[in-house]
Amino acid sequence: MKEELIVSGRMNYKVDPTLHIWGWEIPLYLFLGGLAAGVLFFAALYYLRGKDKEYQAAVKWVPMITPFLLVIGLIALFYDLNHKLYFWRLYTSINLQSPMSWGAWALLVITPLSVVWSATYVREAFPFWKWPFAWLDTLEDFFIKNRTVLAWIMIVYASILGIYTGILLSAFNSRPLWNTSILGPLFLVSGLSAGAALIMMLSNNPLERKRFSQIDLMLIGIEIFLIIHMFMGFRASTEVQIEAAALFLGGPYTLPFWIFAVFLGMVLPAFLEIWELRGNHIPAYIPAILILCGNIALRFIIVYAGQSSRYLY
Amino acid sequence: MRYAMAVDTKKCVGCSDCVVACQTENNVPIGYCRDWIVEVTDGTYPQLEMEIRSERCNHCDNSPCVRCCPTGASHYSDGGIVLVTKDMCIGCGACIASCPYDARYPHPDGYVDKCTFCIHRVQKGQNPACVEVCPTKCLYFGDLDDPNSDVSKVLQKRKFKTLIPEAGTKPQLYFLI
Repeated sequence: MKEELIVSGRMNYKVDPTLHIWGWEIPLYLFLGGLAAGVLFFAALYYLRGKDKEYQAAVKWVPMITPFLLVIGLIALFYDLNHKLYFWRLYTSINLQSPMSWGAWALLVITPLSVVWSATYVREAFPFWKWPFAWLDTLEDFFIKNRTVLAWIMIVYASILGIYTGILLSAFNSRPLWNTSILGPLFLVSGLSAGAALIMMLSNNPLERKRFSQIDLMLIGIEIFLIIHMFMGFRASTEVQIEAAALFLGGPYTLPFWIFAVFLGMVLPAFLEIWELRGNHIPAYIPAILILCGNIALRFIIVYAGQSSRYLY
Repeated sequence: MRYAMAVDTKKCVGCSDCVVACQTENNVPIGYCRDWIVEVTDGTYPQLEMEIRSERCNHCDNSPCVRCCPTGASHYSDGGIVLVTKDMCIGCGACIASCPYDARYPHPDGYVDKCTFCIHRVQKGQNPACVEVCPTKCLYFGDLDDPNSDVSKVLQKRKFKTLIPEAGTKPQLYFLI
């Protein structure tokens, strides 16, 4: 058998022996960004379909959490930067070939948008709410009148936010595990599924809970299909991608991925939801928390495993 | 103008002089390197082949690091040399993750650092520091558009390969074999 022994004199911090330039901050942000995108997507969707009276949690209450989710995510991103004081350089250029660039610009739209959307419902949540300045009342009236426009912008930008996190990773052809176009749709669907799970958990309306449980079931089905599809693609691809797939098919990430991300995060909650839809009672927070944890696990595992997948030459 | 470098793997003995010269010339922080030596042993005992390579940034024609940089800090300079503008770099690490050769590293001051082909010397008509000090003269540098440059002449005469051409980066570091 032919063997190859490679000895390298390079030992750069965070690059060797295997790349670990991204720690916990990036997957945490990918999770929070995906979750916020999911919640805002459903808020806009059901508002546009005229269901804001029926699905109050989805349209009005749960989106109030998203500014916090996004801000925590942005703090994590900022914390990850090595040259922090230059972060504003993101906004002195637009590089269409860099998903990180358009992600940065999308965040600049969706973060304030999530605040505005929540602010237009503050009075409904707290009837005695008073804005400290009169011009804020005028602004509120303006936004309430134009909610449909807000919803259209939000549905577009929520989709961009949800899918760009996956495209960001898939754009790196140097890391064979990430270099698959399935990652964009997979992260989008998994973000939507997390958003639906959060709405299901926080809603107190049984009809709304049932609707989001059905949506989640469908999204989990798509996720599992995409994961199978992704591995089929890897196995039929070049040697580096076969090796990347091997990280999950017998390699070091096999157990964490299939147990935490797939079984506990998708298969088990799907079973629980089917069980519930058949009339048995299961507290909504159990499948929801499983889905949210599975979402975190999926992002951590993909980000870490991707950095250990590489070309050998 | 298209700057490129050729490394003669038949002459390189892996002495690491190029590494030390680069660290001195470019004030590379201790514990880091912009160029490095790789020794590859291939085959089955007793039929073994060894290749020694002095590696560095490939200054690719289709650089993933330039493509993925969100701020434009990574850019092409004179003759296709890939550079990082320090005070545009936010240290996000995207370029480090995007490089199939792992040629970049996070500088302790925050920005991302890499081989510059010693552009400050090249612009004065000198060779990069690594080429200048090589005791076996196994490194060749020059302009590929000039048929009389050191690198053009040696690439006309000798067989060569590039690293991971399948990554589609169009690398400009040639290894004579």
